[in-house]
Amino acid sequence: MAKITLSNLAHSYLPNPQKDADYALKKLNHVWEDGAAYALLGPSGCGKSTLLNIISGLLSPSEGQIFFNEQDVTQADTADRNIAQVFQFPVVYDTMTVKQNLAFPLKNRGVDAQYIETRVNEIAQMIGMQDVLNNKAQGLTADAKQKISLGRGMVREDVNAILFDEPLTVIDPHMKWELRTQLKALHQQLEHTMIYVTHDQTEALTFADKVVVMYDGKVVQIGTPKQLFEQPEHTFVGYFIGSPGMNLLPAKIEGSTAIINGTSIELGADYNNPTGKVEIGVRPEFCSFSDDGSGLMVSITRVEDIGRHKIVRTQFAGIELNVIAASSARIPADTCHIKFDLSAINVYVDGWRVEGQQRKRQQTKGEAAL
Amino acid sequence: MKKRFNKSALIMTFYIVFLLLPIYWLINMSLKTNNEILGTFSLWPQNLTFANYMVIFTDPSWYWGYINSIIYVVMNTVISLAVALPAAYAFSRYNFMGDKHLFFWLLTNRMAPPAVFALPFFQLYSSVGLFDTHIAVALAHTLFNVPLAVWILEGFMRGVPKEIDETAYIDGYGFFKFFFKIFTPLISSGIGVAAFFCFMFSWVELLLSRTLTAVDAKSIAATMTRTVSASGLDWGVLSAAGVLTIIPGALVIYFVRHHIAKGFALGRV
Amino acid sequence: MKTVNQKAWFLVLPVLLLVGFSAVIPLMTVVNYSVQDTFGNNVFYWVGLEWFEEILHSERMHNALGRQVIFTTVIMLIEIPLGIFISLHMPKKGVWASVCLVLIALPLLIPWNVVGTIWQIFGRIDIGLLGHSLNALGIDYNYVQNATAAWITIIIMDVWHWTSLVVLLCYAGLQAIPDAYYQAAKIDQASRWNVFRYIELPKMMGVLLIASLLRFMDSFMIYTEPFVLTGGGPGNVTTFLSIDLVKMAIGQFDLGPAAAFSLIYFLTILLISWVFYTIMTNIDKREGM
Repeated sequence: MAKITLSNLAHSYLPNPQKDADYALKKLNHVWEDGAAYALLGPSGCGKSTLLNIISGLLSPSEGQIFFNEQDVTQADTADRNIAQVFQFPVVYDTMTVKQNLAFPLKNRGVDAQYIETRVNEIAQMIGMQDVLNNKAQGLTADAKQKISLGRGMVREDVNAILFDEPLTVIDPHMKWELRTQLKALHQQLEHTMIYVTHDQTEALTFADKVVVMYDGKVVQIGTPKQLFEQPEHTFVGYFIGSPGMNLLPAKIEGSTAIINGTSIELGADYNNPTGKVEIGVRPEFCSFSDDGSGLMVSITRVEDIGRHKIVRTQFAGIELNVIAASSARIPADTCHIKFDLSAINVYVDGWRVEGQQRKRQQTKGEAAL
Repeated sequence: MKKRFNKSALIMTFYIVFLLLPIYWLINMSLKTNNEILGTFSLWPQNLTFANYMVIFTDPSWYWGYINSIIYVVMNTVISLAVALPAAYAFSRYNFMGDKHLFFWLLTNRMAPPAVFALPFFQLYSSVGLFDTHIAVALAHTLFNVPLAVWILEGFMRGVPKEIDETAYIDGYGFFKFFFKIFTPLISSGIGVAAFFCFMFSWVELLLSRTLTAVDAKSIAATMTRTVSASGLDWGVLSAAGVLTIIPGALVIYFVRHHIAKGFALGRV
Repeated sequence: MKTVNQKAWFLVLPVLLLVGFSAVIPLMTVVNYSVQDTFGNNVFYWVGLEWFEEILHSERMHNALGRQVIFTTVIMLIEIPLGIFISLHMPKKGVWASVCLVLIALPLLIPWNVVGTIWQIFGRIDIGLLGHSLNALGIDYNYVQNATAAWITIIIMDVWHWTSLVVLLCYAGLQAIPDAYYQAAKIDQASRWNVFRYIELPKMMGVLLIASLLRFMDSFMIYTEPFVLTGGGPGNVTTFLSIDLVKMAIGQFDLGPAAAFSLIYFLTILLISWVFYTIMTNIDKREGM
């Protein structure tokens, strides 16, 4: 088990990267704490697989270093890093039995046969495959095969980390839930450092202690699921996490007042007079209809009743604005006013969140950036 | 990592040298005069000459061999594909009475030794007046090329989802319009691979093409073997003729090089 | 999945007619000859299975068959492992992969008689690089007179000609293995041998069977290359089944025995190929699961 430190890490698939856009993974400093469960979340092509492959050693970074604990492993071979990885598609050795599959990583390392026997049985117990131990892996279903992959990943007790590369892609929805729960339980039991790559926010938020959100080769936020929800550090996080995502409205801000297309609203904090691309972001969960005519006047385009609650799609000056209302709520007629929960308004300048000041003081926006 | 690469490169180099050395020797011979070939032993031509090639290019009985070969090879490829396409479609899409048996029976023809068919072919084509024509050789070669083409094409067609057919029919396409406008483009690489193998097997075959031709449609392969026995051994001209037969094959490989692996990947040759 | 549609027969009809014309009619002729004898002048009379009995007991056929079996066994034992070995060392991508593919495929597209000619020249002691060099090294090598040399030359020629087919098939099989398998093997610290044994070989099984089937069929029917190279000699030592058959049918015009020979020959290939085919479709089914 190890703490993994990324120091000034960057990667480009081009031989001579010149500009920022040439990098698949932009410069990054981060420490993965020992024993924690991380999810690496982002859309396809955001660089998350690149990052994972650099950690596992399948890819050598073009810049920067990686440390496992205090040891520099940047140039170390995958086999020497003592990590385990579970891939998107089940990788099993078809001609071996389930038992031989599970024993394989141990056997290759010359581990004592007696120990292998007990350990394999333990793992088989954990993944619920003790009944089929002597079956050939070939004829098994995709999720059984993926369970074997998981098992092979966990069979070594001393691994530095277990990496998961979208491991549930090929699994049926009902099995997904089961495997995910199992994985979470296994993490609590084994306390390995786990990094779980996915583009599915539900998977990420349910599995991880901390979620690392990536976008366009950059890490845009690292935080607990709660932080990602309440204080997205970047407009992308707001948009990507949540269903529907955060409402974003271009605004002009003067002190503690935002002017959105002619309508002023209070922000509850002082933001000075930021320049650049200024937006305010409010999650649909924190929007509500006002009875007194205050707030933004919108026209309702559609109401979707999804059972637990209703999603009200509205338009404000050509911008889509979503409101989540209780399923029992009465939805007003065509036009109505919407107000925001004061504490849930985030202000973004050029995509990054800025902190407002309760008292008059010079504010900086630097801390928002990573 | 690096060490392994070098070992692989070494092995590949050895193998390719093994493949190319005899071919190089043929080229070497073709650029020498007969006196030099028989008189001195040298690794490359001392007196470079193109005389051997000139013999072939100026003598109709030589160069017509090439033209005849190309004619029946192209005919064979066209015929094979034309009949194999609808059949492969039927096998990939429908169940019908006796389909499995028919498919296996077709494949058995690929397993028939040409030697078995040489004499009966000779008699058959003589009796219908097709002896010594291009079409006779082209038809004879369909014996092994049609089963092959059906097999390859069926593999490619199976990879095209059936929903595409259904959508097209719903959109009001008739069978022929659908087949040529929509389906054929989808399996174009399969057609390419099938054509490649038809071309190849027809081009390299000797026994049937020699048996079924005499003068008018005599293939280059037959011309070469007959020259050996008839006019003593003119090594230089024979080598030059050999080199010229390699060229069409090399060109074809070059053009389909990106598809070879894909065609083979389907496991159907 | 597939719909039952008897009209599909119309799509198969052209193939049926064509192959019927070029396979069934000639085959009928062969069957016809195999049960008849003639005194010339196209007068035939029924002899039943006499020719078959004669061929089945003829030493000539036994010897040719023996040589054929040895030849096919030897070349398969060399070409299949060698083909696998070479394919494992092929560059996986890039310019070199293309270059190697083109060069490796080259022998496959050379007309078979030219393959014979190439080795005829290459092996000759007076003008061939191989023959000349071997003799210069003091090795007595002359494929025209020496039976062992003739056999070795034919085998090397076949290896030269056909190993490429095995290489290309295996290479295609290897290309189809997802990278994740190799990465997983690295992580599991599998040795190179284990990667081959547990990943590459199982995934190549399908193409290997096809390669074996093709090599079996084609080597069992081999005619042109040895015909050009040795003409079946010296003596009869390289007279394989096809060469013998052509000698019998076209050289000596022994129609009855040749026809019986043909049918036995064809059925032998068919039987062995059928076994291959059955194994192959079983594997297909298993992989389809």
